[in-house]
Amino acid sequence: MPAEYSPTILQGQHTNDDEILAKTPLDTKALGGDSSVIIMELLQRFKVRDVMKRQIIAVARSTTLREAQRLMRENRISGLPVCEDGRLYGIVSVNDIINALDNGWIEDSCERHMATNLVVMEAGMPISFALRYFNNYTYGRFPVLDSNRKLVGILSQRDVMRALLYELSVEIRKLERKTAGNGPLRATGERYFRREWAVVRNDLSRAGHAANDIKVILRERKVARSVARRVAVAAYELEINICIHSHGGVLVLLISDDTITITAKDRGPGIPDIEWACRDGTSTANDWIRSLGFGAGMGLSNSKRVADSFDIQSEVGKFTKVTCTFNMVPPEPAPAEGGAS
Amino acid sequence: MTAAEICAAVKGTLAVEAEDAAANGVYVGDLLSDVMGHAGEDCVLVTIQNHLNAIAVCTLVGCSVVVLCHSRPVPPDMAEAAAREGVAIITTSLSQYAAALALSALPPAEH
Repeated sequence: MPAEYSPTILQGQHTNDDEILAKTPLDTKALGGDSSVIIMELLQRFKVRDVMKRQIIAVARSTTLREAQRLMRENRISGLPVCEDGRLYGIVSVNDIINALDNGWIEDSCERHMATNLVVMEAGMPISFALRYFNNYTYGRFPVLDSNRKLVGILSQRDVMRALLYELSVEIRKLERKTAGNGPLRATGERYFRREWAVVRNDLSRAGHAANDIKVILRERKVARSVARRVAVAAYELEINICIHSHGGVLVLLISDDTITITAKDRGPGIPDIEWACRDGTSTANDWIRSLGFGAGMGLSNSKRVADSFDIQSEVGKFTKVTCTFNMVPPEPAPAEGGAS
Repeated sequence: MTAAEICAAVKGTLAVEAEDAAANGVYVGDLLSDVMGHAGEDCVLVTIQNHLNAIAVCTLVGCSVVVLCHSRPVPPDMAEAAAREGVAIITTSLSQYAAALALSALPPAEH
């Protein structure tokens, strides 16, 4: 019996799991113990049965080691469970084959040379538990048994990795949606585009750059002209607002399949009376700002008017955050503008 | 109406040329938020705002001709931005009202 197959006897003694874990200090980082709630939750939520391979290539006890060697080569695997009617008797590994070739017993049956002291997993184990196995043993894959002790799958590190990456991508996508300006979550699509611009206080020479970039981006993405214009107007107004009224902030563009969101967030000083600030013609701009054609008190009201959904939050001394959301498809055919044509 | 025709109508000077610059309506305004909120596309903007941000607003609303009134000078950065964005700038000694009258062949361009 190859030495590498005799670390811990688990066959038929699954209550020993805790003992195994006690033997090896838990590497919490490897298990996600030092990770985010989402990763911890994923590791607990997913069971071995969710990610294991269910198609098992196995041999019978009477199968020769030569036949086992052929199966391993053709299927590019390094181990085969020896199994009959669902019952797992042992495992034949590449090392067993090498030993058989070296010692001249390659025509012997698998039963004579297979490993019988096995480390197995249970189908209902959380993935966090399975990861401990990979951490504690050097094996690349483990047989998986169901509650009736029947072989139902094989779990490799690659299976775990693939499943976790997929689920993480789903979770991250959800997070991206949630962080989209905390605005109404109307996005239903899966493709997102996000870009952020820093807006500097009183730098009117650069004010408008973000709005202009946004207009170009929307044009490139073939957003309806009437929608792009409204988005650009809101973006410009909000950019100017950050520039002339705040200590500086950011403008964020988020495009999903069906909505465009502009979020403007600054670092204060905040608006004491939001209702007043949103009224047309009210402004705290100084003469210098007004001389440049700004400070007409129309910024917020213009943004609100052009957006399909408008939200403003502010805390005096801390921040102001404005979110304008636009439906990608105009609600009705765009009317001829201003009778100009 | 092409930029050259507009320039002739307001007895102005074409300070910045732009290929294909033309307008089929007029909007008069010095408050840029007002212009952004109400100016229609493809209009000529009659204004006294002789600075960079006026060009930014024109670009956003789709206006390709600016008439600067009261002979206001065109600062270099404004001229540069206008050339880059394809916005023609015409300077005239007329007031906004007089310039609008001179362009009365064009309809109001309001959004």
